[in-house]
Amino acid sequence: MSDRISVAKTYKLYIGGKFPRSESGRVYPVTDAKGKFLANASHASRKDVRDAVSAARKAFGGWSAATAYNRGQVLYRVAEVLEGRREQFVAEVSASEGVAAKKAQSLVDAAIDRWVWYAGWTDKIATVLGAANPVAGPYFSFTVPEPTGVVGVLAPQQSSLLGLVSVLAPVLATGSTAVVVSSADRPLPAITLSEVLATSDLPGGVANILTGRAAELGSWLASHGDVNALDPTGAEPSARADLARDAAGTVKRVLTVPDAEPDWTADADIARLRRYLEAKTVWHPLGV
Amino acid sequence: MGIFEYAPAPESRDLANLKPHYRPFVNGEFVDGSGEPLKTINPATEEVLAEVGTASVSDVDTAVKAARKAYTGVWSKMPGSERAKYLFRIARLIQERSRELAVLESLDNGKPIKESRDSDVPTAAAHFFYHAGWADKLDYAGYGPNPKPLGVAGQVIPWNFPLLMLAWKIAPALATGNTVVLKPAETTPLTALVFAEICRQAELPPGVVNILPGAGDIGAALVGHGDVNKVAFTGSTEVGKAIQRQIAGTSKKLTLELGGKAANIVFDDAALDQAVEGIVNGIFFNQGHVCCAGSRLLVQESIAEELLEKLRHRVSTLRLGDPLDKNTDIGAINSAEQLAKIKGLVESGDAEGAERWTSPCPVPERGFFFAPTVFSEVQQSMRIAREEIFGPVLSVLTFRTPDEAVTKANNTPYGLSAGIWTEKGSRILWMANQLRAGVVWANTFNRFDPAAPFGGYQESGFGREGGRTGLEAYLDV
Repeated sequence: MSDRISVAKTYKLYIGGKFPRSESGRVYPVTDAKGKFLANASHASRKDVRDAVSAARKAFGGWSAATAYNRGQVLYRVAEVLEGRREQFVAEVSASEGVAAKKAQSLVDAAIDRWVWYAGWTDKIATVLGAANPVAGPYFSFTVPEPTGVVGVLAPQQSSLLGLVSVLAPVLATGSTAVVVSSADRPLPAITLSEVLATSDLPGGVANILTGRAAELGSWLASHGDVNALDPTGAEPSARADLARDAAGTVKRVLTVPDAEPDWTADADIARLRRYLEAKTVWHPLGV
Repeated sequence: MGIFEYAPAPESRDLANLKPHYRPFVNGEFVDGSGEPLKTINPATEEVLAEVGTASVSDVDTAVKAARKAYTGVWSKMPGSERAKYLFRIARLIQERSRELAVLESLDNGKPIKESRDSDVPTAAAHFFYHAGWADKLDYAGYGPNPKPLGVAGQVIPWNFPLLMLAWKIAPALATGNTVVLKPAETTPLTALVFAEICRQAELPPGVVNILPGAGDIGAALVGHGDVNKVAFTGSTEVGKAIQRQIAGTSKKLTLELGGKAANIVFDDAALDQAVEGIVNGIFFNQGHVCCAGSRLLVQESIAEELLEKLRHRVSTLRLGDPLDKNTDIGAINSAEQLAKIKGLVESGDAEGAERWTSPCPVPERGFFFAPTVFSEVQQSMRIAREEIFGPVLSVLTFRTPDEAVTKANNTPYGLSAGIWTEKGSRILWMANQLRAGVVWANTFNRFDPAAPFGGYQESGFGREGGRTGLEAYLDV
């Protein structure tokens, strides 16, 4: 008797709450840090980007209109399901990033904790960033933050889970929706995160995760007329100027990111939340 | 004609202290720019007001160097409480010279004196007062302790509110510890150069504020200068996109305040006479040269006819003419070029089948004027419903349900402002929630205050001016 033959996995994309293959039919092999084959991942195409943007736009109305409390509940539920898959994430992070199990554990724990941290922001950010404006006249004027819309995210290439969570969770916490291109060489934690999102209470389309190449897909996200903001973290530093130029065609909000990937284990702040929020100021006369 | 006849009530143009020549302001001095001098004209009479020296590209470099030196040597080191006192001084000086500034603004821009006197100049002073108070309180602005300035700010402003836009740009920049090089619009440089005199009167350290008159090429040189850390632009969406493209890939922080095509939405339960006043204010204030003008009137179908009749009656009482006359409601279009743009878009409205109504008011023979115009039977696909006209031209569309009003209002790549007219409070709040715009005026329109953030969604730009939110544009956070 030989050893059992394992089931070879070919993973799919996550678009609109479903798991389609790439429209292009392409797949690419994913290996661990030492080059050993792990699985095949879908190689997303321009058309997949467009489908994902449509799904994200469609989901934006409901997600942005949900109460902040409800969004917080949904995001916390995601953290619960993440915790349930902790061991799988540890194995995948360890294989993807070539780190020891202990290090992988701490990265996964940090990712789960970060998701919880952002989940708690949904119903607090308006208090922190909003205002009652003391205007010089008989008017009630107040300012509230509102989600920017559909955000294109080029996820970090190195940090396969903690980095991904650190760039995706703030988008969702604001009430924006996301189209994410995962790390090209380390996509397994992103694929498993898709499965987590699909089996928690997050409405389909709120987060869409594509496995593929930022260099190929970034410009389609940057120039897409229905994408409102772009996070170029996962793009090559040399490609970022072109992405920013593409983004100018629709006055997209483009995140300023450092050349090198930051240390994701450092504490997060609300800077990323601020980037995906517009300030709306409402005026009404006072009188009897 | 209206019920009353009005005798002319002109403000004295001598108050403007108009000089034959004006020069760029660099490093605390008025200097000869090496650009071609320009002649700025009075758009109401087409007469030359003054000759203005302009900057060349090399002058941009000189000004940026002066601003850098002032930044590192003086301004960024100065305690906020000291910076604040300079801003308070400037605010007071604007108030003291308010009549001069108002008359000069009306001469150079063509806006009615009652608007420059009662709105532009006092609001400009208010911006300096407001931001002065922030200079030593930035730790409390919500960006963490001791937030840092960015450095040298390159600022480019439009011709519709020359002094007010200067105040919106310079006051927060200085309060947060940045130094500035500002390019006023080619057709309206005069009040910015009087502001430079005010900086001298206030004994502001040399180089903290530099003013470079010039055309678009100077703006582009300033925005693209390698030693500028922050770019702030107010103007057309087209130019805003070009600037965003130009500085793509640099570390410059950018904020844009661009165009708009605001929906002003009137429900059948609105107080109609008040709504009419708000509609008139929304579109005819400042000759419609307002990025947040309520240029798309959305009226609930059941009251459209009644409202239009009231509106036409009210619009026909607006007095158009000499901007210096205190009874003038609508002044001059800022330039021949802008007048031609307005005419072109109005012709497209005719050609696409909208119904044009123009106020029968008399129009002066000289100068650039355009009579208030209201288009009805407008469809969403028409250019006059989609493109910013930036003139006294209103497009009227109708709707039946609140949902339809929201859909039509949001059917634009812009998102700067919106208006809602209804007596029902819950509907106001629901509508305000649904509208994708940075400013929503309910039962009022065109309210501005330094304490209230202003800015757009989508292609109306990003970043805010005013309030705590507006400080972010000038801080490294």
